[in-house]
Amino acid sequence: MTNVTGLQAGESAEEQAFQAKIDREERIEPKDWMPEGYRKTLVRQISQHAHSEIVGMLPEGNWVTRAPSLKRKAVLLAKIQDEAGHGLYLYSAAETLDASRDEMTEALHDGRAKYSSIFNYPTLSWADIGAIGWLVDGAAIVNQVALCRCSYGPYARAMERICKEESFHQRQGYEIMMVLAQGTPEQKEMAQDALNRWWGPALMMFGPHDSNSVHSSRNMAWKIKRRSNDDLRQQFIDMTVPQAEYLDLSIPDPDLTWNEETGHYEVGPIDWDEFERVVKGGGPVGRERIRDRRRAWEEGAWVREAALAHAEKRRQRKMQAAAE
Amino acid sequence: MSQSRSEGPRSEGPRSEGPRTEWPLWEVFVRSRQGLSHKHVGSLHAPDAEMAIQNARDVYTRRQEGQSIWVVPSAEIVASSPDDKGELFDPANDKVYRHPTFYSVPDAVENM
Repeated sequence: MTNVTGLQAGESAEEQAFQAKIDREERIEPKDWMPEGYRKTLVRQISQHAHSEIVGMLPEGNWVTRAPSLKRKAVLLAKIQDEAGHGLYLYSAAETLDASRDEMTEALHDGRAKYSSIFNYPTLSWADIGAIGWLVDGAAIVNQVALCRCSYGPYARAMERICKEESFHQRQGYEIMMVLAQGTPEQKEMAQDALNRWWGPALMMFGPHDSNSVHSSRNMAWKIKRRSNDDLRQQFIDMTVPQAEYLDLSIPDPDLTWNEETGHYEVGPIDWDEFERVVKGGGPVGRERIRDRRRAWEEGAWVREAALAHAEKRRQRKMQAAAE
Repeated sequence: MSQSRSEGPRSEGPRSEGPRTEWPLWEVFVRSRQGLSHKHVGSLHAPDAEMAIQNARDVYTRRQEGQSIWVVPSAEIVASSPDDKGELFDPANDKVYRHPTFYSVPDAVENM
């Protein structure tokens, strides 16, 4: 059984020293000794996080050609490029734990690795791009700010970079929603429809309730996770409800109430059956996402091979020239 | 001392079986502005040094974070081993007289 400090009966001296280091708020760096479970948990979490960034480009890519103006196209492209960058920072952090990049990619493509279920929902209208930036990136920021204090150095540093860039994503999304909400009745209707569809999935991004979260207590002791799912979700709800009010849009939850005593909003039940289905690769477009990733990987294979062959040829030439 | 793979590997040797078609790994260092030294920012894969610089520009300097980029093959970095941390840094432990606070100077003496 795990107690509050994460120390377990029968732990080795190394494990105890490791936990003591974490309890002292010292960061763990790549070459330091670490329990295999710590390493595995991090590789799983960081690679899933990286995959989410990469798969997250797909629903947005869907709107690049149809974004309503040149400005919106340029902004969307920049945002998608950021998502790719975020994926790369994270893969780079996972590689410090001896995870191979190709293996991580394979695990995503053959369905062994998960990614955030939010990207298994389709982007049906332009307002969805606004809702994603506002709600999905907003939820991601809440999660990621907490992760900036993760005990593993390279992951925490990647999170800091990402958080700095993510704020642009959220603000551009809110601006899209604002323009629509203040536009024609049809445009406002579009914004409301997007909020209706993305609100529930955004709340699910924080994962199951604390009482049902499988990995939580050990990850908290290891400070891989610093705040609980429900705690982070509550922060997001409290932040977002007034933002929706400003837009004059309604949160699609008849049970939503303000609790004067606690100073928090309370939401109705979350549809966890849907969450389970979508996490397992279901969801309206789950299969499409992986198919698209695989196709991009396979169609890019010749470029990767040609670049390697070219580099090798140049290396040989250089060696020959040096020998002459 | 050990060969380094992306911030230094925890173990040496290949990480997995199977064909190695992965582009080599490079460590990226960025000088954020003139007057500061290059600082490690992360790693990336690239087939050669030229592409590594191009990729580093796209991955690590999308918002004017850099004036200059260094890329170094990760395999070429030699790092001290954390296991030797004690012995390696031990010589500095018992030389408190290297710090100015070791010496007491009367309050009356100024500018020191």
